[in-house]
Amino acid sequence: MTTDDASLETLPPHGEAIGIEMVAIEGRKCTVKVPYAAHLVGDPDTGIIHGGVITATLDNASGWAIRCHESWHSGISMATLDIRIDYMKPAVPGMDLFVQSECFKVTRNVAFVRAFAYQDDIDDPVATSVASFMLGTPNEARQ
Amino acid sequence: MRILQQLRDQDRAGDMQALVDHIPYARFLGIQADIKGSEVTMILPFKDSLIGNVNLPALHGGAIGAFLEITSVVQLLFNTSCERLPKTIDISIDYLRSGKPVDTFGRATVTRQGRRVANVRAELWQDDRSKPVAASHGHFLLAPS
Repeated sequence: MTTDDASLETLPPHGEAIGIEMVAIEGRKCTVKVPYAAHLVGDPDTGIIHGGVITATLDNASGWAIRCHESWHSGISMATLDIRIDYMKPAVPGMDLFVQSECFKVTRNVAFVRAFAYQDDIDDPVATSVASFMLGTPNEARQ
Repeated sequence: MRILQQLRDQDRAGDMQALVDHIPYARFLGIQADIKGSEVTMILPFKDSLIGNVNLPALHGGAIGAFLEITSVVQLLFNTSCERLPKTIDISIDYLRSGKPVDTFGRATVTRQGRRVANVRAELWQDDRSKPVAASHGHFLLAPS
């Protein structure tokens, strides 16, 4: 994901399309919620949400975590360099999905973030991710 | 997934568009499948709700990640006659260029297929195939759980 320097409450259009909501910010950690919705389903036989929804939410929440880090300041733009996602178990149909992300290191050029996707228990996650973001990437359309 | 069985019964095991249309999230993204011979090309037509950065503008990394994953799974289903949808074990995504607000294309290669696990690489591009916007490699579970 690439983000602008808008406030944490401002969702990019795709975040809005998925229905991501900011729930809490505590120190370097931020938690978001995705309410269960029919258009997010990956397998209509089971109603389990698609892995891609989890990917998009982990990516979005990871970008937000960087803005919770004490060394981030408004105006720094960022772009995801890479993200690795491990899927531990299918999400339970009908239940909301939460993602807690933590930015644990910011250097001059790169920020490192890990995140957990879970439903009722963060210690029994649906998926986890590790991502790195380039900072100070261009944030205006190139001519 | 019942659709896989239905398609096989109707001798349409290669009808990847019918499969994609059956997945609500893929339909929501607007994904299309184009098959020429043994090659599957996936298409993510541009629409505003795929945007992640309104300033650039650029596609959302999550939409790109989801498209890579779907491209990988569809190629896997096209190559094999799995009875159920492969489960993603892990996927590692490299973002190579910012995704412009235009149509995106994807192709995947099954690099190794074992009895239980398949390794799949996928690549996305926009107007120039030699300038990929993102690439991924993932592991997918094939065996029934």
